[in-house]
Amino acid sequence: MPLVRFTANLAVHCAVRDLRVGGTTVREALDDAFAMLPQVRSYVLDDQGSLRKHMAVFIDAEQIRDRAGLSDRLAADSAVDIIQALSGG
Amino acid sequence: MQLHVATRKGFFVYDLDGPPRISGRHFLGQNVSLSLADGRSGNWFAALDHGHFGAKLHRSADRGASWQEIAVPVYPKQPEGAPEMGADGRPLAWDLKRIWSLEIGGPAEVGRLWCGTIPGGLFRSDDHGASWQLVEALWNHPGRRQWLGGGADHPGLHSICIDPRDPRTIRIAVSCGGVWRSDDAGASWRNTSKGLFAVFMPPERREDPNIQDVHRLVQSRGQPDRLWLQHHNGVFRSTDGGETWQHCPDVPPSGIGFGFAVAVHPADGDTAWLVPAVKDVSRIPVDGKVVVSRTRDGSATWEILHRGLPQVDAYDLTWRHALDVSTDGRTLAFGSTTGSLWLSRDGGETWSELNAHLPPVHAVSLIG
Repeated sequence: MPLVRFTANLAVHCAVRDLRVGGTTVREALDDAFAMLPQVRSYVLDDQGSLRKHMAVFIDAEQIRDRAGLSDRLAADSAVDIIQALSGG
Repeated sequence: MQLHVATRKGFFVYDLDGPPRISGRHFLGQNVSLSLADGRSGNWFAALDHGHFGAKLHRSADRGASWQEIAVPVYPKQPEGAPEMGADGRPLAWDLKRIWSLEIGGPAEVGRLWCGTIPGGLFRSDDHGASWQLVEALWNHPGRRQWLGGGADHPGLHSICIDPRDPRTIRIAVSCGGVWRSDDAGASWRNTSKGLFAVFMPPERREDPNIQDVHRLVQSRGQPDRLWLQHHNGVFRSTDGGETWQHCPDVPPSGIGFGFAVAVHPADGDTAWLVPAVKDVSRIPVDGKVVVSRTRDGSATWEILHRGLPQVDAYDLTWRHALDVSTDGRTLAFGSTTGSLWLSRDGGETWSELNAHLPPVHAVSLIG
């Protein structure tokens, strides 16, 4: 099962932990993760369900391409990292 | 009496009974964009803007001893197909960018709250903020599509006035979208911007009601037909419940009356206070002197109040929610982008500095 990991910066605001999730796309994996951690959803996705502007998702260290649809595919043992997209100096 | 101060790095509570002192420090390090104390329920609300993580709302039922994250307004699913384009030709996502106004409903409407946002949606809660509904009649109004972003990328609803005579009558103001009124608790809306003008627009559109850049709208509780608004192009007042607006010329010290904040006396609707600045790109106090402009005769004459305020090389700017007058009509407070906070107990005649080292101040409110 894919592993979802959240940036430690999120822990300032809500309880997050590494999760084993179902799904073959980022969308399915995140839906599964947010079913377990419902508070976290709005911190990562905007009102339309797209990735927030300054958030980033990596699958096995590669950044996803579909920030709106979250259709990027996962392998059974993928690691999905939810991080902040840093900007500025 | 308390003074609630929402800042870029926390929410501070001053006790004003006796020598002013900070009695509460909340959300230290976090961007608190707005606060609200609901005198009906005793609830306090704090709007947090986490930037990367979005806007959030927290509620306290015990005057700040503990806080609970509650729901935020969420925009409905955007219709399929091409994205909505704003009037400026840029895509306008139906997505909460900022909580920009929070007000309570009428005295008997316990639990009812109103929330204005960027990109322009008005939301209502009937359960103390546990859930929110978009006011669709306003969002779907054709005039809403004409709104423009002002200082922010997208239009913002920053002022909500619930009429003290009837809470179904609601007036709101938008930067840049003019003044709007509902007389049926939000079921229908009309633009009430007659008299406003925008010199920054092409001549043909200077009086277009849907693009007026209102910075702040306030209503006198005791004389609710008296309203004041600070506009990008100066100060306007209404004596007919906001149906029409009269420009106030020659507002000192600049003459133009540029600024963001305006407060109106709760009992005397002809008395108002401003914290002026140089228009419009520089946004610093005129001649480096922090002053408050006051009229007590409906803008026939203005006084510049400065006793206790810095008069040399002071570059404080006061945002639209960072000036407030108490229900007593004498106690005023304002805060600045450079973290200064001032209090007056005599209608603005004299001021005392409460702090010069706060984080940038977004909003102040006097409670009790």
